[in-house]
Amino acid sequence: MFYRENGQFKSSYSADQAIFPIAQDRVFVIGILLIAFCGVPFVINEYWANAILVPLLVYALAGLGLNILTGYCGQVSLGTGAFMAVGAYASFKLVGFFPEVNYLILIFVSGLVTAAVGVVFGLPSLRIKGFYLAVATLAAQFFLIWLFNKVGWFYDHSPTGMITVRPIDFFGVRVTGPEATPAAKYLFTLTIIATLTLTAKNIVRGRVGRSWMAIRDMDIAAELIGIKPLQAKLSAFAVSSFYIGVAGALYFGVYLGSAEPLEAFDINQSFYVLFIIIIGGLGSILGAFLGAAFIVLLPVLMKNLMVGGFGVASGTAGHVEILLLGALIIFFLIVEPHGLARLWQIAKEKLRLWPFPH
Amino acid sequence: MAFDLFLLEVVISGLMTGVMYALVALGFVLIFKASGVFNFAQGVLALFAALALYDFLAEDGWFFAVFGFTLPVWLAIPATALIMILLAWVIERAVLRFLVKQEEIILFMATIGLAFVLEGLGDLLFGSDVKPLDIGIPQGASDWLLDNFNLYVEKLEIVAAATAAVLVTALAIFFQKTRVGRALRAVADDHQAALSVGISLDKIWVIVWSVSGIVALVAGIMWGSKSGVQFSLSLIALKALPVLILGGFTSVPGAIVGGLIIGVGEKVAEVYVGPLVGGAIENWFAYVLALGFLLFRPQGLFGERIIERV
Repeated sequence: MFYRENGQFKSSYSADQAIFPIAQDRVFVIGILLIAFCGVPFVINEYWANAILVPLLVYALAGLGLNILTGYCGQVSLGTGAFMAVGAYASFKLVGFFPEVNYLILIFVSGLVTAAVGVVFGLPSLRIKGFYLAVATLAAQFFLIWLFNKVGWFYDHSPTGMITVRPIDFFGVRVTGPEATPAAKYLFTLTIIATLTLTAKNIVRGRVGRSWMAIRDMDIAAELIGIKPLQAKLSAFAVSSFYIGVAGALYFGVYLGSAEPLEAFDINQSFYVLFIIIIGGLGSILGAFLGAAFIVLLPVLMKNLMVGGFGVASGTAGHVEILLLGALIIFFLIVEPHGLARLWQIAKEKLRLWPFPH
Repeated sequence: MAFDLFLLEVVISGLMTGVMYALVALGFVLIFKASGVFNFAQGVLALFAALALYDFLAEDGWFFAVFGFTLPVWLAIPATALIMILLAWVIERAVLRFLVKQEEIILFMATIGLAFVLEGLGDLLFGSDVKPLDIGIPQGASDWLLDNFNLYVEKLEIVAAATAAVLVTALAIFFQKTRVGRALRAVADDHQAALSVGISLDKIWVIVWSVSGIVALVAGIMWGSKSGVQFSLSLIALKALPVLILGGFTSVPGAIVGGLIIGVGEKVAEVYVGPLVGGAIENWFAYVLALGFLLFRPQGLFGERIIERV
C-alpha cells in the first residue's frame, strides 16, 4: 500500500535511469543518510564508534571492493587481507613523506597504489580460472604479508615491527589516533564510504560494470560479443583493489591506530571479507553493508550475551564464538544462498503486493 | 663432494616433506573428484583426527575420564577412524545434503564454516594446548643411512613416506577394483548419469568424506608425531593448496607429484635463496612456484583439461 510505484510517471530518460526509480526508495535512502550524517554523530560515544560503527563501515567498504571483483566479475580472490595491508602501509608511508598534504588525498593515493598492486596480482586471472585462481591469489596474500613483515623500510624500522598511525588533522579536526573524537572518526569514515558507495553503484550499472557481469556469466561468450577480457578483468582487479586499499588505509588509520601485518591482515581477514559478501549477497552493493553488519555485530552480540549474560569464561566464550560463527555461516548458506540482500528484495516484493498478496 | 651430499640431503628432506604435504592434498583431491567440493576443512579434519586419537591414548582425555582406561595404539587408530566416519556422516546429513545444487563458491564457503565449527569444537572438547602424540613411530635420524652413506634422514619421514605409498596403493586398488570405487568414479564423471544407473549420491558422499577423513587421520598422525598436536596443524591445509593447484584438483598422482615438487622446491629455495632475502620464505614460495607452473598449464600438471563451450 505504501510501497508501490503506481502513479510515478517518468517523463525523461534520466528519470527512468535514476539509481532509485521508486520515490519511496529515494525517501528511505535519504532518510538513512540524514540519520547517519546528522543524527548519529551527536549521540555517538567511544564504544559505539570503535567497536561497532567504524569497523562496520570499514568492513562494508572492503566487502564492496571484493564484491566488485567476486560478485560482479566472478573472480574469486583470497588476497583481500594483503590488499588491505597494501593500502594501510601505503597510507602510513605517504603520511610520513608528505605530512602537510591533505589526508583525504593521501588515502586516495594509497588506493591507487593498491590498485596497481592488484593489477599485477590480477594478471594470472587471464590464464587461470575458478579455484585455481582463488588459490593463486593466496600467493599475493602470503607474499605481501611476508614482505611487509620482512623489509624494515615499510614499517620505518620500528623495533616492534608494528606501524602506528601519526596524529593527523583533517581541516583542523583530529581524525586519527587516541585524541580524535568518536564523532570525527565516524564522520570521516562515513563521508568516504558514502561517496565511494555512490561511485560503485554507478560503475556497476554502467558500461564497465556490464562488461564485468558478462565476463562473470560466461567469459567465452563475453569475448565473442566483443568484450576484451584483459581490460574487463584487470579493470575489475584495479577498481576492487582501490576500494580494498582505501578500506585498509581506514582500517589501519582510523579504526586500529596501530597494526602488525601477521595479525591485522592475515588470511582470516580475507575469509571475513569473503564471508561478508557471501552472507550479504554476491553482486549486490547493499549486500556488502548487510554482510558487514552481520559479521561485525554477531561477535559483539555473542560476546555480550555469553560473558555478560551467562557468565561464561571469556576463553571458552572465544571457542564457542568461533563454533557458532561457523554454524551460523553454514545455516545462512543453507537457508538463503543468495544472501541477505536477496531477503531484502523478497521483503520489498512482498511489500509491493501487501495487503493483497494474490 | 661434501656439497653434493648436502644438496642430496636437502633434496631428500624436501621429498619427505613433500610426502607429508601430499598426504593432506590427497584428502582434498578425493572430495573434489567425487563431489566438486573444494574442502577447505581438510586441515582441520586432520587436526580433529589427531586430537581424537590423542584423547583415546592419553590419561587426561575424556575417554580415560569416562571409562577409566586408555586404549592401546592398535585399537585407538580404528576407533578414531570410526569417529571420522561418524563425522563424515554428520557432515553429509547436516550440511552437504542441503547444498547439493548450489554453486561451487557457496559449497567452498560452507566448508570454511565447517572448519570454524570443527576448530571451535576441537578446542572446546580437547583444549587448545600442544599435545605430544606418540604412537611408537621411531624418532631421530636413521642410524643406518648416517653410518653407511653419511646421510641425515629422519626416521619419522621414512615411515611417513612408506605409509603414504601404502595408502596410495590401497586407494588405487579401492578406486579401480571395488564396486564402491567404481561408483565413486562414476559420480566423479557425471552426477546425473551416476544417479540414473542407481548409484546413491548420499551414500557416495558419506563414503568419500569418510575416506578423506581417514586420510586426514593418517596425515594428522604424521604431522602430530612430528610437531605435536596443536592448532597450527590445521594450517597445513594452506600448505597443501599449492600442491593441489600444481598437481591438479582432480588427480591423485598429481597430488603426490605436486607434493614432491613443492617439497623439494621449498627446501632448496629455503637453503639457497632464503638467506639472500632474509629467510622465512617457505610461507609463500610454494605458491609462487605453483603459480609459475600454472601459467603454462592452467589446469595443473595432471588435472583434467578444462573444456568450455558457449
